[in-house]
This record gives sequence, C-alpha cells and structure tokens, in this order.
Amino acid sequence: MERLEVKGLNHHFGFTEILRDINFTLEKGQMLSIVGPSGGGKTTLLHLCAGLLDVEEGKVTNTFASNSFAFQEGRLLPWKNVIDNIALGLLAKGEKTSIAIEKSKKIALRFGLEESDFEKFPKDLSGGMRQRVSFARALVVEPSLLFLDEPFSALDIGLKKELQTVLIEMIANKEISILFITHDLMEAIRLSDEILLLKADPGHIVKKFTYSLPQNERDDKFVYGESAKILQDAEIIDTFELELK
Amino acid sequence: MKFIIKILKDFPAYLWSGWGAIASIFLFIAFWDIGNQVYGALVLPSPLETFKTLTTMLQDESVWKEINITLYRASVGFGLSLIFGSLLGLLAGFFVTASIMSRPIVTILVGMPPIAWIVLAMIWFGMGDETVIFTVIVASFPIIFVGALQGTRTLDDDLKEMADSFKLPWHMKFFDVYFPHIFSYVFPAWVSGLGMAWKIVIMAELLATSDGMGASLAVSRSQLDTPTTLALVVIMIGSLMFIEYIILEPIKREVELWRD
Repeated sequence: MERLEVKGLNHHFGFTEILRDINFTLEKGQMLSIVGPSGGGKTTLLHLCAGLLDVEEGKVTNTFASNSFAFQEGRLLPWKNVIDNIALGLLAKGEKTSIAIEKSKKIALRFGLEESDFEKFPKDLSGGMRQRVSFARALVVEPSLLFLDEPFSALDIGLKKELQTVLIEMIANKEISILFITHDLMEAIRLSDEILLLKADPGHIVKKFTYSLPQNERDDKFVYGESAKILQDAEIIDTFELELK
Repeated sequence: MKFIIKILKDFPAYLWSGWGAIASIFLFIAFWDIGNQVYGALVLPSPLETFKTLTTMLQDESVWKEINITLYRASVGFGLSLIFGSLLGLLAGFFVTASIMSRPIVTILVGMPPIAWIVLAMIWFGMGDETVIFTVIVASFPIIFVGALQGTRTLDDDLKEMADSFKLPWHMKFFDVYFPHIFSYVFPAWVSGLGMAWKIVIMAELLATSDGMGASLAVSRSQLDTPTTLALVVIMIGSLMFIEYIILEPIKREVELWRD
C-alpha cells in the first residue's frame, strides 16, 4: 500500500527550531491539508516530505510510486515557452519528445490555456497563467502523490474553483493522493479528508480535523457551515491569532 | 539546428531594421567631411580620399598579409581567453571560496593598464607574436572570466530545487536549467572581450612588432601619412562592426528572446 508516513520529525535552520515532533500519515487516495499562519514552517515541512530538504531528526517514509511538486511561485524556466515548461517533467522521466509535447498541449488546454499561449515565454504570461502552467507541469506526469504549496494563492476565484474541481475529480477517482499546504481554511475544508493545524514557533501540530463527506458531494453550504464551525474553535483562534483585541 | 534556421529566417528583418544605424553612420561621415574642410587634408583627410586610399590598399596583397597577421594574433589571444576565461569562470563560480579568492586577482588584471602589460610582455617575450598574444589574453581574459563567474554565481536556487523535484537527469539540468542562464551572462562578456581584444592587438602591434596592422599604423604615423592612417582605422572599425552587428547581434537577439 502506498503511503507517506512522517514520524517524530524535527527540523532546525541553524539555531532556530522550525518544526517540532511532527507525526502524520497520508494514505493512498487521501488529501491531507496542513493549515497554519504564514511563516509557520509549512513550506519547510512540505520540502522535507518531498525530499527537497534533508531530514535531520525523525523519519519520513514515502512509498508512493511517483510524486511531483507544484510550487507557490510557479518556478517556470524563463527561457522555455509554455509547452516546453510543462513537458519538462515528462522529458525527465524519459518520455519521447513528440509524445511529451502532445500530452503537454492536451493538459494545457484542460487548464484553460489557449493555443496562442503555447509559444509564449513566462515573462509574457500573467501570474494566474504562470500558476496554471506550473500546475499543469506537476500533473502531466500523473504522479501518485502530489505536493501542493499554496498553488491557488495567485489565482482569481473562477480559476481557483476550476483547478480545485480537477483535483476533486482526481481524488474521487482515487487517482492521486495530495499533501496540501495553505493558509486558507475554506480551501482546506473544501478539498481535504484531513486537516492538520500547524502552530508556529516552532511549528507543531496542535489539532486534527477529519471530514468524511466525499469531496464531490461538498457544496458551498457545507463549506461555509464547517468554516463557521472551525472558526469558533479555540485552537484555531489561538493559532491564527484571531481574537479581537 | 532549429535555432540556426530561426536566426537566418529573422536575419533579413534584422538587416532592414538597420536603416537608422546606416543613417547615423552617414551623418558621422558628413561631420568628418566638415572637419576636413575646416582643418585641411593634412590633419584630417576627407572621407572620399580615405576611402580611395582604402580601395587601393585593399588591392595590395601585402596589406592583406598584414591584416591576416593581426587577425591571427587577435583570434589566438581571444580564443584562448574565451576557452580559459569561460571554463575557469564557471569553475570559480561553483565554489564560494574560489569566487571570493578570484575577485582581487580580477581587479588587479582589470586595473592594470594594458600599456604596462605590453612593456612587461616586451621584456618577457621580446618583440613578436607572443608579446601581442599575451597582451590580448591579459586584457580580454578577465572580462570573460567575470561574465562566466557571475553567470554561475547568480543561478537561481528556486529553479535548482524545482529541477530536483522533477528529478531532472544531469544533462537536462545542465542544458535546460543552468546553461541558458549562464550563457546569457557569458555571451555578452564574449562580445565585449572580443572588442577589447581587437583594440589591444593593434596597440600591442604598434609598440612591439614590425608587422601587422598596428605596425603599419606606426609606419604611416612616422611618414605623416594621414590618409593611410585613417584607412587603417576604417578597416579596424569596419571589421569590428561587421563581426558585432552582422554576426553576433542576431545571435544575441535570438538567445535573449526570453528576457524582459
């Protein structure tokens, strides 16, 4: 069974403690969100899980067959056009160029890019379009585990919903497992099976919320209702420093 | 291959965009002619006379021999700078210590006047090819070295991380992630290095050798032969302009299309 298991994970940058005693498991077909305020070590945690940082203390076991990463700021190669950027991961896997280009074009259209954009360089794209390209690049390799680092933050509401629908569909079909970090609670409630609340200084998990209703059956009413409920939670108020002064 | 075809395809459009440049060259020649009318032919020969001298010179085989000698010295010197400057610059860029240590040395190399190098080279190598080539290397090497060094130092860590996350194999990492960035620094450095090499080769020849265009310049000076002097200058500038605007600039445009 494919799973990502994090056990007793601690992390330091120099003398600063970033993460303390993180434990969780992500099962196949699950979407796990880590929410918390900015600067709370979320990105560090994600990088540790994805193997982009070396684990110093604790254990991260990743048995997923393949994984890919969608970054917060896109991170496209400025000297490659849209299609070549999307095809990067496929080519790295050794896919034939013509097939990689074909697949990239297909997914680009699915994510709302136009054919006239295909030859453009990232400098000529809007922030939202860049994010779509980055998203497409991560999904075109059909990863069994996807790491998402606030990929929706630069998108307008319509596009955000579009991309989320794509993810919800994939989750419903059990095609993919996702580790998602965000500071947007509603986004997390709409998408996640499980939400971990990460409190800062140093980052540690204070609470876990579980939602059993399948993602594709969650409507706005559910999301707003749960959001209202969660915002009353003492730990949430404390972590996000929500209390009115 | 695709790339070369694209450069050739865009070439006519590029040439067509050169009318402004040509107009400004003609304007310059017009001012030159005014200078001739004010100061007389001994101080500043007219453009017409200069170009006439140039045509007769270019029909003379011995002049071509001098040009070839100079070309040989410049290209050997520049070629060596290009190879070693790029390679050492890249290497130094990959190691923090090496880049810190190389900085003062580069400052010394850049700060030392080329004329001082020529004097030293004359003492070390005597009057000949080696002196000229050495001076050319010393003058153009640091420019290329610094270009390559900065190209490597400024590689984007975020992109490196992205490349790691997609497990790019080393050749893709190099050609798709590192190379385009480094090249966008190294290539302009090559262009300025070449300009420097071409200027220095003439200066070194004028002082240290008895053949080559620099030496011809020294002879025309001693004979107060201003038309020949100017004709030589036209050859030097003309060849530099040809290399820079007809060969290098179209490549540069294509290579840097992705830049803002």
